[in-house]
Amino acid sequence: MKARLFAIATVAGLLVGAGLAQAQIKIGAILSISGPGAGMGNGYKGAFDFFPKEIAGQKVEYIVRDDGTDASNAYTIAQKMITEDHVDAFIGPSLTASDAAVAPLADKAKVPMIAMAPYEYDPHKQPYVFNDAQPLSLMVAKVFKYMQQHGVKTVGFIGFSDGWGDAVLAATKTAAAADGIRILDDERYARTDTSVDAQVLRLMSRHPQAVMMGNSATPAALPVVALRRRGYRGGIYGNHGIVSPAFIKVGGAAVEGVIADTSPLVVYKQLPAGNVVKPVATAFMQEYTKKFGPQSVNPFAGYSYDAMLLLKNAIPQALKVAKPGTVQFREALRAALEKTHELVGVSGVYNMTPDNHNGQDSRAAVLVEVKHGAWREIH
Amino acid sequence: MDPFIFFALLQDGITTGAIYLLLAIGLLIVFSATRVIFVPQGDLLAFGALTAAGLQSGHVPATLWLLDGLSAAALLASLTGGVRAAGRALLVWGVYPAVVSLASVWLARREIPAVSILLALAIVTPMGPLIWRFAYRPMADASVLALLILSMALHFVLIGLGLVFFGPEEASVPALSTANFTIGALDISGQSLCVLGAAVALVVGLGWFFGATVQGKALRAAASDPLGARLVGIDAGATGSLAFGLAAFIAALAGVLIGALTPLSYDAGFEIGLKGFVAAIMGGLVSYPMAAAGALLVGVLESLGSFWASAYREVIVFTLLIPVLLWLSLRRGSDEDRA
Repeated sequence: MKARLFAIATVAGLLVGAGLAQAQIKIGAILSISGPGAGMGNGYKGAFDFFPKEIAGQKVEYIVRDDGTDASNAYTIAQKMITEDHVDAFIGPSLTASDAAVAPLADKAKVPMIAMAPYEYDPHKQPYVFNDAQPLSLMVAKVFKYMQQHGVKTVGFIGFSDGWGDAVLAATKTAAAADGIRILDDERYARTDTSVDAQVLRLMSRHPQAVMMGNSATPAALPVVALRRRGYRGGIYGNHGIVSPAFIKVGGAAVEGVIADTSPLVVYKQLPAGNVVKPVATAFMQEYTKKFGPQSVNPFAGYSYDAMLLLKNAIPQALKVAKPGTVQFREALRAALEKTHELVGVSGVYNMTPDNHNGQDSRAAVLVEVKHGAWREIH
Repeated sequence: MDPFIFFALLQDGITTGAIYLLLAIGLLIVFSATRVIFVPQGDLLAFGALTAAGLQSGHVPATLWLLDGLSAAALLASLTGGVRAAGRALLVWGVYPAVVSLASVWLARREIPAVSILLALAIVTPMGPLIWRFAYRPMADASVLALLILSMALHFVLIGLGLVFFGPEEASVPALSTANFTIGALDISGQSLCVLGAAVALVVGLGWFFGATVQGKALRAAASDPLGARLVGIDAGATGSLAFGLAAFIAALAGVLIGALTPLSYDAGFEIGLKGFVAAIMGGLVSYPMAAAGALLVGVLESLGSFWASAYREVIVFTLLIPVLLWLSLRRGSDEDRA
């Protein structure tokens, strides 16, 4: 009899224990830490070291997994996180292709997800999906506004022959049309190409006043070097994919004067004193560079950090409705995220509505120029 | 198209064509001696470029530790082969890596471009024979298809190691020459002349090697009739080792040459290798002159294709394979029948 009572008590104790463990908030993060996306993945991952262990008195557990820059991996991981870990929200994935794979899954399971790559979708069809990275259209529009102000009437486009090149070209077409700028040429090359001389010659034969680039990372320096070597004198503009010290290192003196849009986080030190993002970005980057070194400044850590800020802002309201680990909690979390109002993150300011699950405005984009071998903000 | 643009495109095409030519030669040497389609050659190209870039920026590249590790394994494996073999192995797999390691560690801090490039060649070249020793030789008699599958597997292994060794960023190799010549309206860079010069020197050197040295003749014998060569006492293991050594050297050389023209990342080699493969196919995987013509054709076509329709450039280059393959298969049936 005594033994039986003891057994019951033990089982009851275990159940209570399990119940308590369930009460903590679980956040699943899917990041591309290895594979071709590794360069960005390390930034995304680094920010997790500065996340709070507790939000509104609740313990928070972050489960971070690597999808190896492979969307099918991301899908499997997300499935496991939903069915086995019972996560309350997703941070990421950090890769556009993985976002596209995981979004339907998260939406069906009613797990709010904050995508961290530029990813276009319909928030009415996938109400559980949010995105905290600046949409390409917002960033490219900033560049074209600048071109227009400086009297540019015609541009030539050169970009990657892949999805990123297509996406930047689409944004370029929209922005150029809005600002009355004509696109004279569309040239493509592959990331792994060893020469772009032919494309550059063709581009120059059309005599555009400026060149817009739809490329990213260090292969973006290739057309700039080729253009300048061939004596092209017009302005060369890029998107935020090229803003890194490595681009300047590879391009050397040829990339002086290249102008691109970027997240305010990257130039946090140079932001004007009145900028709303500046104090938040500075506080975060000071911690970040203290841990990872002064060369570690990158925009990607900012997207992880902003995803956390968005959740941190919404969780207290969801906790009033239900306990973590329940579908009611996730529903409430989604509703709270959608009501995000003037939340200042490190990459911009967020105002979510049912029609807009990104919520950033022009405050999320700044223009930078290569001057004396470094990226400098243009006011 | 005005003549200036045409000549500029031609010059660009010939420079890249020369790189493809080097790789096509490496592929042909390995294929004719061992029936292996050496896909990882492209990865060794990236290894060569990134090793040189690493040395130049003062790091001791991780490829050095790979060389040391594989050499140590080869040394251990040779202990079973008797005293003479072990003595020779000690020299090749013991003394050589030790010398290269010491030289790299000591010279990495000096950052002298020519030394970085020579060391990179010295580090990457032995990887050819080592890959042969541990991966291909145990299944040297397998079918061409099985060897190709092994090649693909090795490609993925090397690409993974490349990411661990060098990280995802790209790097540039110091240029051998920063000179620039102007002929009329044409602008010719010293580096592209270096590329052409290296290709010509290699072709001449290999011609001499195959025509005048015992090892070269043995390699040719093994290529034209493997069984007959074995019957007259030519060691298949040694010829394989030599072929892979040559291919690795050529790949590393192509890497340090092209790495100065354009920054390379750890995974950039595969596509360059693939273009070399297209050129080698044009030579039917047997003819060197045809492969050379094919390589230059691929280079020039790529350059012109980039000018006319840059988005379809790869399509243009790889479509070239279809008529060539058709012609080859009509002419002499499949290779598998002969093997």
